[in-house]
Amino acid sequence: MMAMLPELGLFSLIAAVVLSLLSGALLFTGAALNDSRLMAAARPLAFALSTLVLLSFACLTALFLLNDFSVGYVAQHSSTLLPTVYRVAAVWGGHEGSLLLWLLLLCLWTLAVALSSRALDPALLARVIAVMSWIAGSFGLFLLLTSSPFTRLDIPALEGRELNPMLQDPGLVIHPPLLYMGYVGFSVAFAMAIGGLMSGRIDAAWARWSRPWTTFAWVNLTLGIAIGSLWAYYELGWGGWWFWDPVENASFMPWLAGSALMHSLAATDKRGVFKSWTVLLAILTFSLSLLGTFLVRSGVLSSVHAFASDPSRGLFILVLTALVVGASLLLFALKAPALQSHARFEPLSRESLLLANNVLLCVATGSVLLGTLYPLMVDALDLGKLSVGPPYFNAVFVPLMLPLLFVLGVGPVTRWKAHALAEITRRLGWVLLVSLLLAVLWVWGVGNVSALAVIGVALALWITLSALLDLASRLRKGQRPALAVWGMHLAHIGVAIAVIGITLTSGYESERDVALAPGEHATLAGYRFTLLSAGPLEGPNYLGEQASITVSRNGKAVATLKPEKRVYLSMPGMPMTEAAIHDGLLAHVYVALADKIGDTAWGIRLYHKPFVGWIWYGGLLMALGGLIAVADRRYRPGKRKAQ
Amino acid sequence: MKKQWIWALPLAVFVVMVGFFAASLDKDPRELPSQRLDKPAPAFTLPLLENPQASFSPAQMHGQVWLLNVWASWCAACRSEHALIGQLAKQVPVVGLNQQDEAGAARAWLAELGNPYLATPTDDDGRVSIDYGVYGVPETFVIDKQGVIRYRHLGPVTEQSINDVLLPLIRKLQA
Repeated sequence: MMAMLPELGLFSLIAAVVLSLLSGALLFTGAALNDSRLMAAARPLAFALSTLVLLSFACLTALFLLNDFSVGYVAQHSSTLLPTVYRVAAVWGGHEGSLLLWLLLLCLWTLAVALSSRALDPALLARVIAVMSWIAGSFGLFLLLTSSPFTRLDIPALEGRELNPMLQDPGLVIHPPLLYMGYVGFSVAFAMAIGGLMSGRIDAAWARWSRPWTTFAWVNLTLGIAIGSLWAYYELGWGGWWFWDPVENASFMPWLAGSALMHSLAATDKRGVFKSWTVLLAILTFSLSLLGTFLVRSGVLSSVHAFASDPSRGLFILVLTALVVGASLLLFALKAPALQSHARFEPLSRESLLLANNVLLCVATGSVLLGTLYPLMVDALDLGKLSVGPPYFNAVFVPLMLPLLFVLGVGPVTRWKAHALAEITRRLGWVLLVSLLLAVLWVWGVGNVSALAVIGVALALWITLSALLDLASRLRKGQRPALAVWGMHLAHIGVAIAVIGITLTSGYESERDVALAPGEHATLAGYRFTLLSAGPLEGPNYLGEQASITVSRNGKAVATLKPEKRVYLSMPGMPMTEAAIHDGLLAHVYVALADKIGDTAWGIRLYHKPFVGWIWYGGLLMALGGLIAVADRRYRPGKRKAQ
Repeated sequence: MKKQWIWALPLAVFVVMVGFFAASLDKDPRELPSQRLDKPAPAFTLPLLENPQASFSPAQMHGQVWLLNVWASWCAACRSEHALIGQLAKQVPVVGLNQQDEAGAARAWLAELGNPYLATPTDDDGRVSIDYGVYGVPETFVIDKQGVIRYRHLGPVTEQSINDVLLPLIRKLQA
């Protein structure tokens, strides 16, 4: 039985692909004919589909746990020395397995939609499940035709080549699943948009139904991106936390578009406005998720050679993306003109500020897309390979974010339809002044006062104070704010906290490269670093060196840091730095080993990064806010009428 | 129902994008004319990465053939060409113009991959790169004994471009 696991996995994957393509066709037909028996098949079909893909995924996981190196994918990404938890993570450590994970999560989302949407119009539900089934089917085809993880080797390998050491890290165990949960989650909003367009029913109820799914997908993507950035921060050894690398951008673009979508859905839900725009955003967000998955997974961006080395994959990618996006936009062109918004709003109102939010976020998405694809275009034109780096992105991105942050402070406290400027100025004018004043003091406490740092901190304080003030005034009036309101303000404060982290660490970090022998010390930003000892270290699948460095400030011990340098047996030519970090609330002290100098001395890189941790606290708070908003009663069918 | 066409705009934009991408795959404009070709290399004085108190200016290279290689630690293609730059550096002095980088990251990058450069001036605001007409990283310029730019290579150097173009040109100029 065990010997047949790869075949079992492959068989259930084939069955899943056939089933998903058929059930998509069946459900579309059912919805078109309004045949209630056909449409009722949506739930059992979604259940069967997820069971088959789950079985296939379980087979692959078992192959990794059993060290079955007769399967090429297992032999390439695992080894007997690899610790068990990383053997499970290795299932999605390569192209094939991670696509299977993508497919599994898509099927689970489909099942969740099928099970929790009894209140939804049967024809709409059938179309939503049909769209998601077809997406699953085309991904499954891609897996089967170009990248099956179950392919056997002609001659079984005796030992595996092991998972890339860079990926052997707790952060990277959960990073891809979270990211994919986000990518795939946007398929629900996408399927709702397509289903809604086909049924011609894009209304407030449609938007309200889409909101929690979109927000939950966004929560996962936020956490995934934050963990990826945290990983880069401690693993790459020089304390950078965002690189505008194409792979990062691939996840950041759907995040930006998804953030815009959440906000435009709110306007469609509450006021019935921006209908066609919301639908378009839902299509674009998922298209960017598709693009992101494929750009990363095909290796098109990180190394342009991968495109040429497996042209079948590249071609499949292009055709699939063109079909999905092209067909959706064609449907949009045909059906969107019938969508009409009757509600009117004044130039100063919640609607118009949400519109500003959407415009800024979309321009930001577009500029990241341009910067990411430009090198690809230049290469396609055969002009050589180029990198568009942080200078471009910072120059374009920061000026777009400043007005967005400003609007973020006003929007949540502005009324729908119309709000008098005089009243807003009276309520918030002094908040702006106080924020500016506090920001100057804050920045002055950290280092030399610079305009950009003051603006960044002031905007963050502005958002926070305005949110807290709104909550306080609601509570004072005896209202009990809904969970959605708490969630919104919490997520916005999360943005503010991340902005403080980004502003202050970019402006005031300091670093030093030193060479220390045991007993010697160096100082940086008021901290004193003393190298106690350095010696060899032996891990399960690596050898390494570990240093012990005490950090003190004003004579008081702060921490003992143990940075490592590891050489994995599978990749002797590529030493890995394991930085050691003292994560204080106000600053991180970061130590990384460079190279051994002579017999006992070490080259050591020291970093002082004020408020850097706030970037991730902020990300966490954003995700938490999203989760709280999802839990609001108004999104639960049946409960709302009782209110 | 006026302005029906506006709803097809997203589709039209997408079709143009796909069309452009597909069409561009066939084109092959290998040589890119450079405004600076056969003109004197623009003068500059920039601080060095290893030692910001010291500085580099092209005048210091007068009388020898040299390469100006524009790089940055954030640039993936630079990483791929770095070993080849190291080989070139055995034949001809190479100056590494570090473009819009973080000093720490750049130093760590050189410590990891090796430092083949005679000097690494730091172009923090990218002004010098603009003077040279650099529009992407990496780029490599061949500059002759009189300080005239004789060749500009876009993107990472390859084994082929070194053997077929760069080395023959360098030998000719050195003679």
